[in-house]
Amino acid sequence: MSAPHTPAPQDAPEGDHPPLTASEKSYLPSIVKGIGITLQRFFKPNFTVQYPEVGPYDYAAQDRAIGEVNPRHRGEHILVKDEQGREKCVACLLCMAACPALCIHIEPEPAPWDDRERRPKVFEIDMLRCIYCGYCEEACPCDAIRLTPKLYTPTTSRTERVYDKERLLENNPEAQVPQRPRK
Amino acid sequence: MSSPTPQATSLSSDPIPTRQFGDGAISLEPGLGEKDMIINFGPQHPAMHGTLRLILRLNGEKVSGSEPDMGFLHTGFEKLGEYRTYNQFIVVTDRMNYFSAMANNTGFACAVEEMLGIEIPPRAAAIRVLMCELSRISDHILGIGLQGMDMGAFTPMLWSFIEREKVYDVFELTSGGRLTTSYTRVGGLAFDLPDGVEYRVRTFLDRLDDTVRDMEGMLARNRIFMDRTVGVGVLTRDEAIDYGLTGPLARASGIDRDLRRDRPYLGYEQYDFEIPVFTDGCVYSRYQLRLAEIRESAKICRQVLDSMPAGEINALGSKATLPSKDDVYTKMESLIQHFMLSMPGHGLKTPASGEIYSATESPNGELGWFLISDGSAVPYRVRVRPPCLFAFQSIREMIQGKLVSDVVATMSSLNVIAGELDR
Ligand code: SF4
Ligand code: SF4
Repeated sequence: MSAPHTPAPQDAPEGDHPPLTASEKSYLPSIVKGIGITLQRFFKPNFTVQYPEVGPYDYAAQDRAIGEVNPRHRGEHILVKDEQGREKCVACLLCMAACPALCIHIEPEPAPWDDRERRPKVFEIDMLRCIYCGYCEEACPCDAIRLTPKLYTPTTSRTERVYDKERLLENNPEAQVPQRPRK
Repeated sequence: MSSPTPQATSLSSDPIPTRQFGDGAISLEPGLGEKDMIINFGPQHPAMHGTLRLILRLNGEKVSGSEPDMGFLHTGFEKLGEYRTYNQFIVVTDRMNYFSAMANNTGFACAVEEMLGIEIPPRAAAIRVLMCELSRISDHILGIGLQGMDMGAFTPMLWSFIEREKVYDVFELTSGGRLTTSYTRVGGLAFDLPDGVEYRVRTFLDRLDDTVRDMEGMLARNRIFMDRTVGVGVLTRDEAIDYGLTGPLARASGIDRDLRRDRPYLGYEQYDFEIPVFTDGCVYSRYQLRLAEIRESAKICRQVLDSMPAGEINALGSKATLPSKDDVYTKMESLIQHFMLSMPGHGLKTPASGEIYSATESPNGELGWFLISDGSAVPYRVRVRPPCLFAFQSIREMIQGKLVSDVVATMSSLNVIAGELDR
């Protein structure tokens, strides 16, 4: 489908660049020019963020500051609670099917409440396997799982990185807003 | 204890199998002269960009034969594609090319859409173009920076990383991820552009001109840089065609071919841009070409922002994209469609024996996807045509008879992405 190679341009110059002039060959002007450019840069605003002291999001509005917590940042998950503090999840397993890393494990059980049929008995996410793609959030039909801007917390063992239902429900309390945040 | 003579050791106990390439001119084994020795350049070498291995036959400082060896980063991405749905595979395409994930996302989504005959809305196409061109800028500017660094110019590399961080800030605002963006979906995009992206991209483009000018000032007419690059790693036009090179490497060798113009996709024909072509085919030409392409990409980005169409970002009529969340919560049909697309065993409706080869112009050249569908939501076969594969093969021609230091210069000008090369 693609076009055949076009013939080489006829009027192409002999070589792409003019040869070095005598002053360029002598290094000296180049050194002065290079130092000049570097010195100009010296007086431009600093780009570096002093990370552990200054978080990735809370630096004052600088050149690259995002300024506030990016609501789309794909960090650790939470399971969302409804008004009565129960998990919203109805154990429909759509997130499990959507997950490309196969890291969600759900075991449904009949729900003791009237407004839904099932709820998860076990809801585990293997955070070491998770690739933080956000597909689970996209697949959930009732806004029960969200990726939040929380960065990963270090742990000392691998088993701690498998988050169970309780941990996911309590994970990032600031993100526990009933309305789905606009993305 | 009688030890064998040195050259006998290097010959007889050499584990490299005897292989002939082409006309045998650059084979490794036969006719190994007395002074020749075989060394491994990589896979663990600071000047190799990624886990790439180059077996060199050296005669003193001169390369008298070489063989690129690949497969150290083989991850089975293509096989993974046979076990992941079309949308799930998009996260794999991120990891294939970690320099320009957005371009890979877009390429794969375009291939699936072409197979299914989905027309994406103009806004989605414009946003994809914007993201592709931003990733082209970040890829090329980093490529130039690393090229300078391999030549001993450390400062431009740091500047290029600053520009890349700014591009990644835009990506993070838009998609939620810096490196692994996973931004496109079959039939559209994951999210619309958030507020403030336009301002951010425009300020980035304005400052980019300064940085490009600074980098050019440091490198372009610098005698050390020119001595190391001009006439080094030359690939003639015919050799480039023989090796199947595309992208910047081909255009630096005088092949005037760019899929954005020759086989327009995503509405590239609306934008006004030039395809820079250089004729020398040496490392310096590639540097010049990347610099020129950065400027053209910045031009395209500005045009996209000026003419950004309004409207939907998903081809909702095609039944291939998830309906909007608000609809899923409130409307029955949308909920049913959501379930039909997300449930295991359901998903995209694909033709029973669909087959497509679709290519887009990624920063490194023609990135092709060959897909076979079998009617299920999971592809029967996913095959990638990575541009780097051909570039890495052709290094054999470029370094024949050159010095070892030229190998480093040539290698860095190829911009080989190991993840994509080995898949
Ligand atoms: S973010 Fe992606 S990988 Fe992680 S649990 Fe969700 S779907 Fe799975
Ligand atoms: S989190 Fe959402 S998608 Fe996953 S099982 Fe619960 S309700 Fe279903």
